[in-house]
Amino acid sequence: MSSARFEGTERYVATEDLMMAVNAGITLGRPVLVKGEPGTGKTQLAEEVAKSLGRPLFEWHIKSTTKAQQGLYEYDAVARLRDSQLGDDRVKDIGNYIRKGRIWEAFISEVQPVLLIDEIDKADIEFPNDLLRELDQMEFTVYETGETVRAHHRPIIIITSNNEKELPDAFLRRCFFHYIRFPDAETMQSIVEVHFPGLKQALLREALNAFYQVREVPGLKKKPSTSELLDWLKLLLAEDIPAEALRASDKRAIPPLYGALLKNEQDVHLFEQLAFMHRRNAR
Amino acid sequence: MLAEFFFLLRKAGLRVSITEYLTLLEALQARVASVSVDEFYYLARATLIKDEALFDRFDQVFAAHFKGIEQLFKAFSAEVPEEWLRRQAELLLSEEERRKIESLGGFEALMEALQQRLREQDGQHHGGNKWIGTGGTSPFGHSGFNPEGVRIGGKGGNRRAVKVWEKREYRNLDDSVQIGTRNIKLALRRLRRFAREGAADQLDLPGTIESTAKNAGLLDIRMQPERHNAVKVLLFLDVGGSMDDHVRVCEEMFSAARAEFKHLEYYYFHNFIYESVWKDNRRRHAERIPLTEVMRRYGPDYRLIIVGDATMSPYEISYPGGSVEHWNDEPGQVWLNRLLRAYPHAVWLNPEPEQRWSYTPSVQMTRELMDDRMYPLSLRGLDESIQGLRRPVAVAPLAGAPEPAP
Repeated sequence: MSSARFEGTERYVATEDLMMAVNAGITLGRPVLVKGEPGTGKTQLAEEVAKSLGRPLFEWHIKSTTKAQQGLYEYDAVARLRDSQLGDDRVKDIGNYIRKGRIWEAFISEVQPVLLIDEIDKADIEFPNDLLRELDQMEFTVYETGETVRAHHRPIIIITSNNEKELPDAFLRRCFFHYIRFPDAETMQSIVEVHFPGLKQALLREALNAFYQVREVPGLKKKPSTSELLDWLKLLLAEDIPAEALRASDKRAIPPLYGALLKNEQDVHLFEQLAFMHRRNAR
Repeated sequence: MLAEFFFLLRKAGLRVSITEYLTLLEALQARVASVSVDEFYYLARATLIKDEALFDRFDQVFAAHFKGIEQLFKAFSAEVPEEWLRRQAELLLSEEERRKIESLGGFEALMEALQQRLREQDGQHHGGNKWIGTGGTSPFGHSGFNPEGVRIGGKGGNRRAVKVWEKREYRNLDDSVQIGTRNIKLALRRLRRFAREGAADQLDLPGTIESTAKNAGLLDIRMQPERHNAVKVLLFLDVGGSMDDHVRVCEEMFSAARAEFKHLEYYYFHNFIYESVWKDNRRRHAERIPLTEVMRRYGPDYRLIIVGDATMSPYEISYPGGSVEHWNDEPGQVWLNRLLRAYPHAVWLNPEPEQRWSYTPSVQMTRELMDDRMYPLSLRGLDESIQGLRRPVAVAPLAGAPEPAP
């Protein structure tokens, strides 16, 4: 148990329910599973939790080929085979060929660390099940050496998922769950405020309007997300675009520097068509 | 109180487990959520519900349950929730008063006194003295406390007037019918069964290492066949007529299935399955394939998926000559029955919404013929149908349905 509490940081706006899920996870030492649209700051959450609590962060990014075992350790049999053929002395100690995984590193951390298991849904369907015992008991055994690794401190575990695969029930039962909803206009304003303090109010308002209008265009293949909005604002600031230029986009014309918001040519095309139709109707 | 809530959730179809329930209690004991209902709501949701599609249902149960609870609390707190009392204690009672009450009997007594004070004020509410005077600090504005139990408000800066769970913000996420191919693919992926079959043409690295090690370091190469999805699927698609409304979803389903299964055979039919089906819709009258031929060609290890709205006249199922397109010697149900006996792992996917099924007799008939294995063509339906495919259909022998002549 730990008394640390996460309450957002100056760079990260956490909603009440998000804080609750994270704090429940911290207090009870159970993983927090975070789902949500891409670009809503799932991965960043772990970084911010680590930063605000002053804990080291261990990141484990999952790919479709990642095996649960790799988070614990890997036994490099090929290297050992090579060494044995070359007559290297290291070959006698099998421990020389055991490589620590991220979970192992987190377990032996001197202070309670934050462990991020990023995009767990990318891996095979059985992947989460293979980690149940390790995450429950916070220990595992290295078969090659017979050594048992036990966590010095229960890490704060944050797991993100893009919902590409359903996760097994047994795994879900052990987690706290949070779904990051797409922020409403008000929350978005505070998020932008955090990232671009002193952004001109007029520009911000117009930009947000334009942004939400783009999001509402039906049939977009990929709706722009928070991170794209932030990129776009960065561009707008760099180009020093006045608020008035954005107001034109009120009428469904294409917003300036739209490349930051729309990420595929079908969407851009659709958008241009809508803008064209609108201009024609307006006449 | 929480046990009741727990069972209510389960009754609402939310499969909350005992572990999760105990976790919630543990979290409450550890004071993760203190006294606010909002905090309790967030904690309960994070602990018990692991799918955002179910948030809406959870919100409904939560609202229903806690309306009841608030009524239970009436006797105790005279409609004033305790958490609010605690916060008001500092505002309404002076330091001296508090110390006095503390010396009289501690917090219980303090609560009682506070309640007394509030009741008095409630009486003078419209008169507008202290009660309204505290307007700046009171979290619920000039309208005062609402006995219905509508949100009391948290600390300052919290301007919401409606309870979070009553907003039901998650309603549009609930098992939405809109499904893209990606989602269908993922649903179908559940049907995967991996097996290594065929020629050994891949290097078996772990095997090679193991046998080399056993061989005292002398390389011993091991090969193995490629691992691939061994599930075989036979897909029958209804085309034309009433199915025209469902073209898009059927296309999506079809293209997803094509991408997902290596062994996928598909055939078309119109309205119901009779003695022949076809592969090419443009030449459907010229190139028909007898159903017996299909059954002979593909073994019983195929999984049968029929996609159709099963909406037609009941005659088309139960009478010879019922087909709208041609004269059929044997009724459609006989043919479906034979098909099911050849492929016991079968489901029927219906793109019509489930609520409408009961109004169409032919859907009911088909459903019975399918031993109840009819599922809506939504994500949820697909998921369930994959479950349905795991066990074989119990086919009742139909009267007057002889085996077809080979």
